[in-house]
Parts: sequence; C-alpha cells; structure tokens
Amino acid sequence: MNPSKFFHIKRKVTSVIMMSLSLVATLIALVPLVFIFYYTISKGISYLNIDFFIAMPKPVGETGGGMANAIAGTLLLIGIGGVIGIPVGVMTGTYLSEFGNNKFGSVVRFLTDVLSGVPSIVVGVVAYTLVVIPMKHFSALAGGIALGILMIPTITRTTEEMIKLVPHSLREAGLALGIPKWKTTILIVLKTAWKGIATGILLGLSRAAGETAPLLFTALGNRFWSTKVGQPIASLSVYIYDYAKAPFEDWNQQAWTAALVLMLMISILSLTFRIVTRSKYKTK
Amino acid sequence: MQANTKQTEHKRNIFLKKIFGSQNFGDLIFERLTLLFAVFVFLLVILMGYEMYIGSKISIEKFGWSFLTNSVWDPVQEIYGALPIIYGTVVSSFLALILSVPLSIGIAIFLSELSPGWLEKPLSFLVELLAGIPSVVYGLWGIFVLVPWIRNDVEPFLSERLGFLPFFRGAPYGFGMLAAVLILSIMVLPIVASISRDILKSVPQSQREAALALGATRWQSTKIVLKDARSGIFGATMLGLGRAVGETMAVTMVIGNRALISPSLFDPAYTMASVIANEFSEATSDMYLSALIQLALVLFVITIFINAFAKLLVWSMERKLGTR
Repeated sequence: MNPSKFFHIKRKVTSVIMMSLSLVATLIALVPLVFIFYYTISKGISYLNIDFFIAMPKPVGETGGGMANAIAGTLLLIGIGGVIGIPVGVMTGTYLSEFGNNKFGSVVRFLTDVLSGVPSIVVGVVAYTLVVIPMKHFSALAGGIALGILMIPTITRTTEEMIKLVPHSLREAGLALGIPKWKTTILIVLKTAWKGIATGILLGLSRAAGETAPLLFTALGNRFWSTKVGQPIASLSVYIYDYAKAPFEDWNQQAWTAALVLMLMISILSLTFRIVTRSKYKTK
Repeated sequence: MQANTKQTEHKRNIFLKKIFGSQNFGDLIFERLTLLFAVFVFLLVILMGYEMYIGSKISIEKFGWSFLTNSVWDPVQEIYGALPIIYGTVVSSFLALILSVPLSIGIAIFLSELSPGWLEKPLSFLVELLAGIPSVVYGLWGIFVLVPWIRNDVEPFLSERLGFLPFFRGAPYGFGMLAAVLILSIMVLPIVASISRDILKSVPQSQREAALALGATRWQSTKIVLKDARSGIFGATMLGLGRAVGETMAVTMVIGNRALISPSLFDPAYTMASVIANEFSEATSDMYLSALIQLALVLFVITIFINAFAKLLVWSMERKLGTR
C-alpha cells in the first residue's frame, strides 16, 4: 500500500478512536449519576409519606416516625446562614464590581476564591471556636454562622458577575440625569441585575442545605422539636449521616428517604435557579 | 421660605464637601458601606486562621513540627502524630485524581470539541448535577451500594488477579482506601470536567480552524487546543485536588477510619477531614481538642495554597488567551 495513504488512514483511525474515547468518558461519568439517583429514589420513596414531614422521630427501637424537626431545622439553619451570607455577599459583590478596581479589590476577590476552596469542615471548626466555646454549648446559631460563611463566596462572585453584565449605558443614563452614583447603583444597576443576584443567592442556599460536616459539632442535632436559635437543632443532612451509620434497618431506610427529601429541596432551589437564569440570558 | 431651605441645603453641602472632599455625601456613605462588607470578608479569612491558631496553641507548643511527622495517633495516651492521617489524605486524593482527571479531560473534550449544540447543554447539566449532590448522600450511597459491591466483587477480583502486588492484599472489608478513592474520584470529576470544558472553549476557534484547514484530523486539532489549554487544565486539576483533600462526609462514611499507613488499598485509612468529623464531638480533653483544631489549621493552610496556586494558573491562562 502507498505509505502516504497508510499514514492518512492511520491518522483518521486514531482520530476516531480518541474522539470515541471522549464519548466513552462522558458515558462513564453518567453511570454513578444514574446509580445514585436510582437508589435514592427507589429506596427513599418507600418511606415517603405525610408522616415523614409532620411526625417526630421515634425513640430507638421503635419503627416509623418522621423527621419534621429535621426539615424545620434545615430551613432554620439556612435561614440563619442567609441572614449572614446574603447581605455580606451582595454588598461585597457590589463593592468589587463598583469600586473594586484597585489593589484591595483584587485581594478581596482572591480571598473569596480562597474561601470558596476552604473545606466546609474547617469552617465548622472555626464556628466551633468562635461561637460554641464562648456560649459553652452547641447551638443552631453556630451552625447557621458556619453555613453563612460558606455562602459568602458563591453570593459574592455571582453578584459581581451579574452586575458586570449590566450595560454601561444604563449607568451612564442614570448619571447623565444627575442621579447620584449610589442611587444609580441601587435603583438601576442592582435592580437590573437583581434576577441574576437572586439566582446566586438560591445557589448559595441550596449548597448550604446539603452541608453536613460544618453542622456536626455546631448545630449538633436534636431528637426533639426545637426552633430555638440558642439550642442544638436537628438537620436533614446530619440525620442522614447518623441514620446511615446506625445498625437499625429501619433507620437506614429513613436515611434514604431523608436523602430523597434533601435532594428534592435542593432541586427545587436550583431549578428555580436555572429557570431564572435562562430568562436572564434570553433578555441579554 | 423655599429659598431659605435651599440656601441652608447649599450651606450644608459646602460644609460636607469641606469635610469629605468633593464627593457626593450619599456616594461616600454607599462606598464606605460596601467597603465595610468587603473588609469584613477580608478580616474573616484572617480571623479563621487566627482562631484556629489560638485554638491549637497548646498542641502546637507541645508537639511542634513532630505533629506532622509522628506516626502515632493515640488519644488515650494523649500522643498526637498526624503522619498516617496526612498519608491517608495525600494517597486518597492523588489516586482519586489519577482516576478522574483523564475521564474529566475526556468529558471536556467531548463537550467542547465534539458534541453537537443540542447535546452539549443537557450533558453539561447532568455533569453539574453530579456536583450538586450533597456529600452526605454520596456517603449514604457509598455505604449501601458501593462498599458492598467493592467487598463482594471488586476486591476478590483484584486480589485474585493482581494479588502479587502489595496494593491489593488483605481481607476484603469493603470499607477502606479503595472505596474512598472511588467515591472521591466521582466527586472530583464534575469540578475538573466543567472547568476544563470552560477552558477548552475559551481557546479561540481560529486555532481549530487553522489546524483543520491544514488537513488535520479532529484529534490533531484537539491536541493543539489541549496544548494551548494545558496550564488551565492543570489549574482545574488543582481545584479538584483542593476539593478531594477537604472532602469530608462521603470519605468518613466509607474509608474505615483507622490511622494506619498501609500500602494495601483494601485496608482502612483516615483523612484529616474525616478525623475531625469523626472525633471532634468526642474530644474530651483540651489537648485532644487542640490537636484536632491543629489538624483543621493544617488542612486550611494546605487548601489555601492549593486553591491559590490553581487560581493563579487559571488566571494566567485566561489572561494569555485575552478573554479577561
């Protein structure tokens, strides 16, 4: 065979093989995804009933019961986290995009990136030394603060990016009318970017809802109903951890249901995120 | 009357200008207010390091650098050496990267070079979905699905075929280094894949067109794109490493939790994050607590370095390509 022809075929074959391998890699990555969803749904659905949402956990040894306290606890914890994370994130993002074109801005931008890479368990340890040790007991407040710290980088970055998407002409129009810069920023820029910022907030909240590690020794857990900020509080994610390790089959079952409920909560939050961003990009 | 208020307002403005310079008063307040929050974030990161340093002081004073090199972790005797824990962290993270980085690059190539537009969006969404699953759910799945599978199928198979290697010896518990590596590689994959995809996509289209116009095949043009993107992909890998090093719940639930240095992947191990998760709430003595906080401090410093390095790589890549 003609050597140049051989080379040609070899090139073609290599190309097809390598490109097929990239397809195979993609398919392999989807296998665990399918498995995790399949098991969570099929194992979790058997316990999924009204009781799970409104009943309290049963004492050790009894089967049945629900996780009403954990669902309320998770909501309260991400609420406390939001009270801290949302204002800090939005204001810092605003600073970075409006006034942050200087050295300090770059430093803060860099630190938010660093903060987003800090393991959540480390943030839990910090919340422990900051809140639990002075208060001398575990509390929802400590857990909420840990979650709030974890939300800051996500919300800051999205706010900054979203504000940057606002066309400069809008800002100039405001300033040309003699509106002071701060009013222009709040009434025009932030209002235009609001949808994008809201999606960043939802993303931050949904990630916080799934966090377990920073809650283990801050919010701790609670087998009873509690909405007190100063007391230990239950959360879905810590329940999953405890019930997964427990030697009771009934509890293991409930762990799957808790996982399903947690994933549903997160999906609802991030679905809102996707829908809102989609309409955002369409108008862009 | 009207004129009067205007006059006082004018006077006030002049007064404020004298104090605050020529800026509008509201602007100044607004800027300072947002600055305050930015300073808060700045101080927060420093405070985190400081708090952990103070919290671990008695352990640092007692053990010093031997904390990192001593291989005995014995809370009963109050001896804390983190070497086996650091070993477990390093080995589990690196092996996870070895498994997941080639796959991630494959996915990134498929998404950016090959897949048609209608397929790319849903596939990217699925990969991102993988990143959105909470760590504890991975752990739950690990305990009840992955570990039994490893115990019954993977480990017997490996020890039968490759048992002559020291890596695949010992009793097949299921819980151990192998399970942790597998679950970590699944968790790291979406991060490395999605960042690598963004980086490949940021390579100018003209590079591909030039290669194709010279008669290059798809793979040859992809190789050129990969060469342009290599520092960015390395940065993505480092970000994945940062995630793997700090991953807590899923690892804690499947790694077996024993401070042990063993070449065998079947044996249980321990990582820094899982030690903290597992032992923090039962740390009874001050020294024990302090040693655990010191471990958190070490983890904090390591992840800061990894992330800073990764960020610099991705930045330099973006700057080189002029997308920033």
